[in-house]
Amino acid sequence: MSAEGRTEAEATARADADEEIREELPSGVSPGEAREGARDATSWAKNVSTLEVADVPEGAVNINVEGKRLASPIQGFGKMWQKTYRVRIPGERVSPTDLIALWKERFPEFWPEGNRFHAPLTGISPGEVALINAALPGGMKLSTGVMVLYADEESFTLMTPQGHMFAGWITFSSIAREGDTVAQAQVLMRASDPIFELGLALGGHRQEDRFWEQTLTALAAHYGHEVEVDTQVVCVDRKRQWRRASNVWHSSAIRSTMYTAGAPLRWLRQKLGRGSAGGKSTA
Amino acid sequence: MEVRQPSESASIIDIAGDVTSASEDVLMNAYGRASGAGVTSLVLNFGGLDYMNSGGIGLLVTLLVRAQRQRQRILAFGLSDHYRQIFELTRLDDAVGIHDTEHEALAAAGAN
Repeated sequence: MSAEGRTEAEATARADADEEIREELPSGVSPGEAREGARDATSWAKNVSTLEVADVPEGAVNINVEGKRLASPIQGFGKMWQKTYRVRIPGERVSPTDLIALWKERFPEFWPEGNRFHAPLTGISPGEVALINAALPGGMKLSTGVMVLYADEESFTLMTPQGHMFAGWITFSSIAREGDTVAQAQVLMRASDPIFELGLALGGHRQEDRFWEQTLTALAAHYGHEVEVDTQVVCVDRKRQWRRASNVWHSSAIRSTMYTAGAPLRWLRQKLGRGSAGGKSTA
Repeated sequence: MEVRQPSESASIIDIAGDVTSASEDVLMNAYGRASGAGVTSLVLNFGGLDYMNSGGIGLLVTLLVRAQRQRQRILAFGLSDHYRQIFELTRLDDAVGIHDTEHEALAAAGAN
């Protein structure tokens, strides 16, 4: 936790430890930097300007991820929301670190039916990109993806690219509390563009809530525990960022719809042998 | 976290230790102390930062929103190369002016 909570004894112990570390470090590297480097070396993704998809799994569509930049809530359009979904599982059934290890390993299995998370071959690890086929109202399929921004033993975070339905990230974490293991998914987001903002207002928020509630229910059920999900929704910023309205140019909804509509034409072109498929699907 | 006010229009928050989602009360309390009348720029000093995870980055986004609501700018200095890259990766650098030193940050805030 933060430094102001330390006692004088802790501060002295820390100073002594720093002195010991300093003796073993190259000149110019502070103990703080050494500690930070050790804890962070494998947790954060390396800096990238645009996303690259190493392998496109069978059945996945990579039309809205390759070459896109990541988008934080700062780059989004709509109101800013923080949504927290939580379940408590008896602590004797699983520890927080074991729960996160399993969640990372079998992440797609807990998703509701009709949605596919094409996990990277190397699993949920920092910098990896996963493709997503999501079901939208009206039977529409959305092709998008996420990058693993951060992952350690207690949490992992997925960040969205430009054109995703929202700009932001989702952090999955687990802590021990009062004998229970609490599993949590927390979304910090703005709708990416005016169309997605409208969609969220017209039932999209409820659908998203159901999505993560079903995911956490499935996770708890894996440990033989039936439980209701505690959902907390906070509007962090009610203002829309109209200067970001042009994000609609990257909209994965529009691009996915056009891709789907173009399927017969691609099929015909393939049949006639005049060229390869227009998209990057392996389907 | 210590708060300093080197000029009427700028406050500095000296961040120390870890910044994670558990730091919310401490950081928002510091923001409250730093955000007095007439303060138009908040400068975050990351020189004492030990460790920050994605929950900490989320907190900074929330802090940014609160500051923007008050028509305040956020600037930062003292970031290690590693955390500079994290700011770029998460695109926080679009909204937070990053500087090498306190002097440069205050100059950019027009508070020197």
